[in-house]
Amino acid sequence: MRGLHVENLSMVYDLPDGGAVEALRDVSFDLEAGEMLAVLGPSGCGKTTLLNIVAGLLRPTSGQLSLTVGKDGGEASHPITGPSPERGMVFQQGALFEWMSVAENIGFGPRMKGARAAATAQRVEELLDTVGLRGFGDKAVYELSGGMQQRVALARCLANDPELILMDEPLGALDALTREKMQGLVLNLWHETGKTIVLITHSVEEALFLGQRLFVMAPRPGRIEREYRLDFARQGLNGDSREIKASAEFTRMREEILAMIWEMEEEIMGRPGEEA
Amino acid sequence: MKSLLAWLGLARSGVNSRKTVTFGDASAVTGSRFWSIVAVVALAVLWQQSSEREWVNPLFWPTPAAVWNQFVRIASEGYRNFTLWEHVGWSLYRILMGFGFGCVVGIPLGLAMGLSNTIRGLFDPLVEFFRPIPPLAFIPLVIIWSGIGERSKILLLFLAAVWIMTLAARSGVASIRLSKVHAAYTLGASRWQVLRYIILPNALPEIFTGMRVAMGVCWGTVVAAELVAAESGVGFMIMVASTFLSTDIVVMGVIIIGIIGYSIDILMRKLEARLIPWKGKG
Repeated sequence: MRGLHVENLSMVYDLPDGGAVEALRDVSFDLEAGEMLAVLGPSGCGKTTLLNIVAGLLRPTSGQLSLTVGKDGGEASHPITGPSPERGMVFQQGALFEWMSVAENIGFGPRMKGARAAATAQRVEELLDTVGLRGFGDKAVYELSGGMQQRVALARCLANDPELILMDEPLGALDALTREKMQGLVLNLWHETGKTIVLITHSVEEALFLGQRLFVMAPRPGRIEREYRLDFARQGLNGDSREIKASAEFTRMREEILAMIWEMEEEIMGRPGEEA
Repeated sequence: MKSLLAWLGLARSGVNSRKTVTFGDASAVTGSRFWSIVAVVALAVLWQQSSEREWVNPLFWPTPAAVWNQFVRIASEGYRNFTLWEHVGWSLYRILMGFGFGCVVGIPLGLAMGLSNTIRGLFDPLVEFFRPIPPLAFIPLVIIWSGIGERSKILLLFLAAVWIMTLAARSGVASIRLSKVHAAYTLGASRWQVLRYIILPNALPEIFTGMRVAMGVCWGTVVAAELVAAESGVGFMIMVASTFLSTDIVVMGVIIIGIIGYSIDILMRKLEARLIPWKGKG
């Protein structure tokens, strides 16, 4: 099966005082190519650790992970051992290169691979169109608003045509209105490009609205507590996002998950004296 | 009228004019041009008056006219085998050489210290030890090593600039936001490409700030070094003049030193605004 395979992943950090933190314990899942997975959880549940492991930026203590991609009409699977352009990342604001123009940021991946300048320029123009920034190519990134900067970040990631896109709270620093708009953009990009996406978020609403699958993670040790399969993302492609978010089903699930996360947070807060 | 008052800094303009609280608000305190003009004019008048009324012995403090006349004379006739511009030129040449070598050695060293544990470990003791030593303390050694020629002064200025540039480059590397580095790697950049396209441009603002500081320190050091041992340069000019009690030439030299130092800093700031427009905008 094409997609991401994660098996018995564990991550333990040693602390300087001799103790250890179990950031992840025995996490296993398969993500099929083309799926959008949202990951939610209270702080300290290991969701960013998980994302960084999948990105190849952290080496897990134990467990296997591999990515299976289509190749020459068949499939090829290879283990994840380091960062690679086949797994693109979108970060929270501040990961753009402010010494490059918008177009240079977007064309960075192809340029590093030594792609021809003309081909890169054409690809950049297409992507500017895709993310709704036509005509902004020559601007400096710091001249753009926060929402526009994240559009550039999305385009920069897409320029490499990655198999898997890892998003680490990409909309976390945006104001509420811009955030809703950008959710629509992410949804459309997912649909149009058919990319596999893993989205880390703090917002229950965002996770429900964008995730075809949703993991709620729990801390100490970091693990997947509940898994959902959702239909809101598909509805959102054609329907009105406000309507979907106001629907009875959406509201019920939002409250259910919020209650779950609250309980986890309280459990942490309610046990003072125990080291993190 | 209103815009004239605003230009002079006597009336607040824009949103500052509607603020009820300005004490402690840095954006509302930009300095009043009017008072700058008053200060300069007052100093000039005071100097003129004090010499006209002979409040001080001109041997201790020359008259403006005497300083001006010396300036005109030395600018046209020269002083001690060199014209005024040659004296200034020699001082600037020494700075540029010492500063240049300091950059050529200090910047790569600082970058390497920011990127490698081994190199950081190797050079940290050295850099931290030499950094607080005033370069002038090396004058006797430097003269013993390479005499009083150009080499000794350039070596001294190199010692003044190199640690500043090393530390600036090192902290420039350290100032990078990790997500930018991660973004570059996940976009397929190699280590060399990360250095060339991410680390280096990110460090440029701090390297440039280091250059400004180093330039200032070099200017101060070159004058001091020329006071001790030289055959040309602005510092040399002052030193020789003082042995003949020609305070007018000394004061003229001091004014030239001030003007050039100030000009260097303005030039560096202009260059910075031109070359690094992204400074402070990450």
